[in-house]
Amino acid sequence: MSDIAERARKALGKKATYGPDVDLEKYDVEAKPHEEIQSLEEVPEDVKKAALGVGVALDKEVGGAYIQMDQTPVVAKSSTEGIEVLDIATALKKYDGLKDYWWKLVPVDQDKYTADVALHPPAGYFLRAKSGAKTVFPLKSCLYLGQTNLNQRVHNIIIAEEGSELHVITGCTTPSHVQRGLHIGVSEFFIKKGAHVSFTMIHNWGREVDVRPRTAIYMEEGATLSNNYICLTPAKTLQTYPKAILDGKGAVASFNTVLYAKEGHLDTGSEVVLRAPGCSADSITRAVSVGGEIITRGRMIGEVPDVKAHLECVGLILSEKGRIDSIPELDGRCGGLDMSHEAAVGKISELELEYLMARGLTKDQATGVIVRGFLDVEIKGLPESLREELRRITQLQELHGGS
Amino acid sequence: MFGLLEIEDLHVSIGGRMVLKGINLKIDRGENHALFGPNGCGKTTLLNTIAGVPRYVVESGRILFKGKDITNLPMDERARMGIGIAFQSPPAIRGLKLKDLIKLCNPQANPEKVLREMNFLEFADREVNRGFSGGEIKRSEMAQLLAQRPELVMLDEPDSGVDLENIKLIGKAINKLTEKDAKPSKRTRSGIIITHFGHILDYISVDKAHVMLEGTIVCTGSPREILEQIKTRGYEGCVRCLCPT
Repeated sequence: MSDIAERARKALGKKATYGPDVDLEKYDVEAKPHEEIQSLEEVPEDVKKAALGVGVALDKEVGGAYIQMDQTPVVAKSSTEGIEVLDIATALKKYDGLKDYWWKLVPVDQDKYTADVALHPPAGYFLRAKSGAKTVFPLKSCLYLGQTNLNQRVHNIIIAEEGSELHVITGCTTPSHVQRGLHIGVSEFFIKKGAHVSFTMIHNWGREVDVRPRTAIYMEEGATLSNNYICLTPAKTLQTYPKAILDGKGAVASFNTVLYAKEGHLDTGSEVVLRAPGCSADSITRAVSVGGEIITRGRMIGEVPDVKAHLECVGLILSEKGRIDSIPELDGRCGGLDMSHEAAVGKISELELEYLMARGLTKDQATGVIVRGFLDVEIKGLPESLREELRRITQLQELHGGS
Repeated sequence: MFGLLEIEDLHVSIGGRMVLKGINLKIDRGENHALFGPNGCGKTTLLNTIAGVPRYVVESGRILFKGKDITNLPMDERARMGIGIAFQSPPAIRGLKLKDLIKLCNPQANPEKVLREMNFLEFADREVNRGFSGGEIKRSEMAQLLAQRPELVMLDEPDSGVDLENIKLIGKAINKLTEKDAKPSKRTRSGIIITHFGHILDYISVDKAHVMLEGTIVCTGSPREILEQIKTRGYEGCVRCLCPT
């Protein structure tokens, strides 16, 4: 631990590679504590409502749940055999500091945000699917930032043991009265041989909230990942750039990102390293700006032959002011690999608008239908209940946050 | 008495080039008209102008629908007034399922029923026009029109790329849309159909046909007779024979 702390201290002033710099001093460190909650029924109504707004329905089909209010884990329980849900402090105690996992993927000295998380008492979740275990219903987690001007720090560890299957949906949200705050979330994923993980994260922040997730994913032979990120409401600045390392033969990762920016600054993307033959990865981003600034990065690194990678970003700018900057990068480091990208940024096709207007829809209705369809990314590897939930959420958020 | 559609001395340009040069046309309620003419003569332009597609600019003349001047109305208002069109090459729309589009055409419609009528039910959950073949696009367009139930239905080559079995279905749908199963005096809906080869005419009943050349209607008459002349003498020969000036 001391080595981690020392490296973190040295990185406290280190700015991140991407995204506007956030002055950590401006945010409060002291979080007011919340009491532990015994059952999901006792979760306060405003938290339940906020969770529902980010696709986390706590009243049905819950395979396990983790709820964190500000800096306090208030619920951490699993209702599925072979699936463990703990708050991270408990997991660290139970598993001897999680030394094979803790800060093993995300470098603690990556930047001031990772350093800041490392130097404070950890909160976050520990999710583990034991070998061969499968979630029937998804694990649902909600990270709720309810205290104005708080620096909410989170460190999550997700482990899918050999042959297991884990579906997780995480909603991060602030209630409407909290406009200002900071959320830093470190997540480290270990997807072992033949395991499958679907991880869906939905963000709903206030206009003055800065957000800095730091995610890394390690995948063994035959592991599969479907990682979905959805952010349809404005944040002041958000910068995230998860990194996946496909280290075993035939590992498959797919990243789907759906962004809708009315205002603010979203800088998202992913980096995937394909390190073993037969690995493949794709990253698909759909971005809509109605005034906000969106940067979507994607970087695929092919280190060995016989790997496949595809990057795709399609952006719509629906107002005069918005900006979408798509930065795809392909780095092939040997022969015999197959990598591609396609990107397009523009406006809604006149032909599509006219087509729907010829059926009697007004221009606004036609625009809404096209934008909703555009954001409805066909996401592979998701259970049907999650797919429905996602569809509901994109429609809901797009409608009240939209044009 | 007004016709359902009346077009008076219509001049239309696209991108600054004059394409329609003085079209006059009247379609009464219950009538079905066919439009013949070589590629580029302005048939599609005429239908798109009636539908109100913005890049077709009306330079002079006017379009009346149900007695009202619609020359400057936006296309969605024309659609809501009762004008429907099946496009020749409609765009694909990402994330929009065909059955959902049918609901948008008419919230009261039953998507399953109209798709079954077009033998197209298996496409209900497909994204609109995405990866559809030419013939599939036609069936998709017809299903949408069956839901929309326009008073004036305009069909741009409904038979091109369609196999024989499905041409019958499309013919049946056109007859339904133009109420050919009702007594002539009871019919209130009308149609305009562009066709090159006239295959569809074996399955539908058409009251009048027009030949267009270089942006004008040069001949009007019986559909069978005109088609026969075009087949044997070509478009210009047909005009010289049937409508000598």
